[in-house]
Amino acid sequence: MKLINRKPSRPVRVILGILPFLLLLVLYLGASNARLAANPNDKLLPALTTIGAAIERMAFQPDKRSGDVLLWRDTASSLGRLAVGVSISAACALILGVLMGAIPFARAKLSPLVTAISLVPPMAILPVLFIVFGLGEVSKIVLIVIGITPFMTRDLLQRVREIPTEQIIKAQTLGANTWQIIVRVILPQIMPRLIAAVRLSLGAAWLFLIAAEAIASTDGLGYRIFLVRRYLAMDVILPYVIWITFLAFVVDYLLRRVSLLCYPWFHSQAKEND
Amino acid sequence: MHNNIFARAILGTTIALLFACSDKSPAPATSEATPAPVASAPAEKFKVCWSIYVGWMPWDFGAQQGIVKKWADKYGIEIEVTQINDYIESINQYTAGEYDGCTMTNMDALTIPAAGGVDSTALIVGDFSNGNDGVVLKDKTELADIKGQNVNLVELSVSHYLLARALESVGMSEKDVTVVNTSDADMVAAYSTDSVSSVVTWNPLLSEITTMPGANKVFDSANIPGEIIDLMVVNTKTLSEHPALGKALAGAWYEIMSTMNGDSDAAVAARTFMGSASGTDLAGYDAQLASTKMFYKPAEAVEFVNSDKLKTTMQTVAEFSFDHGLLGEGASDASFIGIETPAGVYGDSSNIKLRFDPTYMDMAAKGSL
Repeated sequence: MKLINRKPSRPVRVILGILPFLLLLVLYLGASNARLAANPNDKLLPALTTIGAAIERMAFQPDKRSGDVLLWRDTASSLGRLAVGVSISAACALILGVLMGAIPFARAKLSPLVTAISLVPPMAILPVLFIVFGLGEVSKIVLIVIGITPFMTRDLLQRVREIPTEQIIKAQTLGANTWQIIVRVILPQIMPRLIAAVRLSLGAAWLFLIAAEAIASTDGLGYRIFLVRRYLAMDVILPYVIWITFLAFVVDYLLRRVSLLCYPWFHSQAKEND
Repeated sequence: MHNNIFARAILGTTIALLFACSDKSPAPATSEATPAPVASAPAEKFKVCWSIYVGWMPWDFGAQQGIVKKWADKYGIEIEVTQINDYIESINQYTAGEYDGCTMTNMDALTIPAAGGVDSTALIVGDFSNGNDGVVLKDKTELADIKGQNVNLVELSVSHYLLARALESVGMSEKDVTVVNTSDADMVAAYSTDSVSSVVTWNPLLSEITTMPGANKVFDSANIPGEIIDLMVVNTKTLSEHPALGKALAGAWYEIMSTMNGDSDAAVAARTFMGSASGTDLAGYDAQLASTKMFYKPAEAVEFVNSDKLKTTMQTVAEFSFDHGLLGEGASDASFIGIETPAGVYGDSSNIKLRFDPTYMDMAAKGSL
């Protein structure tokens, strides 16, 4: 039997999936032990017990200065910013994408602008954002919005244009006006694709969030990482990175469940989107 | 031996993964394990790094003009001098073992390499900040007006330390203000926004900000002279195994110092070079030097290191660092890390990780290099 036709059974799949993680852990432990043997105070690759103590301190003990438990406070701030930023982006992308996809005049008017904006690297205009929006919450959210809205818009525009012309024509022969076609034909088909676009853009959204928090902040996951980086506290940075990864995974998973629940038809015809 | 190579190989790979974005390969970690070629032993090679700051520009000048090479040749070694754009990254690289020496302040030397268990020696005490770091208020003229304000600064840096000392001087503490961590790269842009009313920063950013409307410098490092010290820090183990490194660096440094000091054409040319390399010009660089107490003569630096004041300064710095959690997980109090100065040891003498050693500067002073 050819290799490309052989499929692993479920337990084998699970084991194969876990193996790289185990390998990474073993590599880490080996390197960490080697470094700690040379220098017991080494900060670069701390021992698991040191990391455990840092997690205990960050996640379960109130901070000496503020009295907050830092990990939760950072998580709440960051998720709040992410939620607001991504929601605004999704709303903008939906409105613009559908308008531009459905109405040729809107497309002609806005498409070059959206394309041009999507090509501006958001990090490059950060200093401008600061001066316009200040250093507070607004500029952090604006960075996320500017960072992900244009390409979500372009994605949705494309998805709207992929809707078969026959459907649009059929709706017209049934007497639907433009508004009805948008609301009854286009919108329902675009919603699961919007969720897919949000899922894809979350990675970039996290990137912009952490970049914004690194620059001027008093709390947040990115803030903490860049703060403790000042004294090479890998015992805090590594758990934070794993935590961010976990949060990203959970958000992605929840969005997928919502999509499956609300738009099962979409997933039955587009398996690869899972 | 086999185990050792294996461990180093793993270490190298992991570091490579961890620092995949940095352009430094982990080669030194692995290459140490391979036995050195026996025939015609090549000159020992050392790497030091520096970042842009008024008191460290001389390293750039010395490297470019071949002064460092001249002294390295004299002692039969090779010294590679590298500029690193990001100051903290340069210290992290040194702490990780990529460099044998690096420029940093006394506080960062304590909280990053020393707290990370890397026994470090302040080989050359180049200068101390004498106005190079300052607290700036917008539209207010008294330090006491800082109460209740947001203060933008690079948290856990010497700026933070300066703020703590400033607040102390008017009977306040950090509870009276809100510290907003702000990247030094964005400090000037941040100041020009409406929401920012107070910043603490260092030169050249400081001089840039004080020329802007409404800016009043209400406290600076000249109010706490000798507390923010700029050093060339080298790995103690490397130094004790290879004293030639200390001799070559000290020799080169004081040759650069005597070249750049004064009004001769050579001195003006040297300072012009350093000014343009740090993004300003001769006048701008001289203005920064005016708020820096450079130790042009090795004897001045030796005297400074030998004084009792250095020990009390390091105690203040250690206490500040402990209060902010910078001494690491295992630190039970401010004296957890031993700091050795000629006037005595502050802290745990069985855990000395930071040493102020005037030996090589003394050799330079005596002309015996």
